[in-house]
Amino acid sequence: MKVAKTGNEAMAEAMRQINPDVVAAYPITPATEIVMIFSQFVADGLVDTEYVAVESEHSAMSACIGASAAGARVMTSTSSQGLALMYEMLYIAAGLRLPIVIGEVNRALSAPINIHGDHSDTMGARDSGWIQIFSENSQEAYDSMIQAILISERAKLPVMVTTDGFIISHCLEVIDMIPDSDVKRFIGEYKPERFLLDIKKPYTLGAIDLQDYYFEHKMQEAEAMKNSKKIIMDVAAEFNKSFGREYGFFEKYKLDDADIAIVCLGSAAGTTKVVVDELRAKGIKAGLLKPRVFRPFPYKEIASELSKVKAISVLDRSDTYSAYAGPVFTEITSALYSSNIQIPVNNYIYGLGGRDIGIADITKVFEELVGISKTKKVERLIGYIGVRE
Amino acid sequence: MEKKLGWKELPEGDILEEGTARKFKTGDWRNKRAVYHPEKCIQCFICWINCPDTAIIVKDGKVVGINYDYCKGCGICARECPPKATAITMEEEKK
Repeated sequence: MKVAKTGNEAMAEAMRQINPDVVAAYPITPATEIVMIFSQFVADGLVDTEYVAVESEHSAMSACIGASAAGARVMTSTSSQGLALMYEMLYIAAGLRLPIVIGEVNRALSAPINIHGDHSDTMGARDSGWIQIFSENSQEAYDSMIQAILISERAKLPVMVTTDGFIISHCLEVIDMIPDSDVKRFIGEYKPERFLLDIKKPYTLGAIDLQDYYFEHKMQEAEAMKNSKKIIMDVAAEFNKSFGREYGFFEKYKLDDADIAIVCLGSAAGTTKVVVDELRAKGIKAGLLKPRVFRPFPYKEIASELSKVKAISVLDRSDTYSAYAGPVFTEITSALYSSNIQIPVNNYIYGLGGRDIGIADITKVFEELVGISKTKKVERLIGYIGVRE
Repeated sequence: MEKKLGWKELPEGDILEEGTARKFKTGDWRNKRAVYHPEKCIQCFICWINCPDTAIIVKDGKVVGINYDYCKGCGICARECPPKATAITMEEEKK
């Protein structure tokens, strides 16, 4: 069914259809509406969810962990400082292997205080053991929220599905919603192998692990992240079979015969597609690789797809403040290096604090790539788009 | 020596069998000792409810003493014991 929904409405609708047992949340701009709309669903009796209004995001994630350990299907939503405040608990959710799903709206981190979209918050949590799925638009956010339930429960790892603050979260788009009953059938009932409220099979969860066992448990977590790759692809295939929309680790847009390519995540990929089309009309073979799944990082698959292009620009909507490059750039270049692929690559940091990136900006990046593809030389490794001097 | 399990053998997700606290005797942390005076006890069970280490011994439905294998000497039982009873007092632990 085609309906007009903002990114936040799309995520809230997905949560209604999923009908989780517990949602513990503390609303924060620009994700506020997700739990605001969802709490109305609770009040209206449209879901069976136990909604826990907590006093902070640290408590929100703590309550989610407790509920998930008890055996519930658990979801929440947050953004920016909220995700940052959850940081300690994010690692615990992953370490205890609890399938919690967050609808996370990407927003800049303070200071300076800013409420607009960039990827700093989610990138800050990239090593927390959570599966991370980025969305280009409301449709992808909606579809990925539904898939995330199955991915998390099968991988026994938590998942965050992200949209870009305001650009997606507040932008009204037409999305194709799946009927409630089909979502219910697709996700099925959650039957955890072990859960703390199962009084017939009691166990100890979260005991101290020192030099003797910590490493083995973290090894299991690392292995679970590796194994999640197959699970993510299986769930995407099941989703495609049921609902006719294709998903994978990334989306390729006119990449197969491309000479030059941009790699970028989230909403900027939509703008990049417009530029690719414009350049193709002029006979320039431009393409796009849009990673959807950033954790686990599909390094071999990405390197293989990029192996035939002559020059690449990686666009990062966050900085690492390392006197080096953005987080996506370092992952892409290390993926190419470890696959013995030598292609000139540069990096652009863009859009911090919601600074707009337009067609003209991306056209300039591609124009520079045309030059690099001929000279095979990167004159400037790391640049910044749209910042005043 | 106890065989340590490898990552492939361990149950996933920091899980152990139930009741592991039973194997960990916290009594040697104690520097004050909770002493039970049965003649003063009114059997209200407030100490039993509040003890964080389940160290209050109950037999046939009655409080009968303190389990020093687990009593850490935190003093909560003595603090919570009703003033008119004071059936538990804290005394210096003899080392």
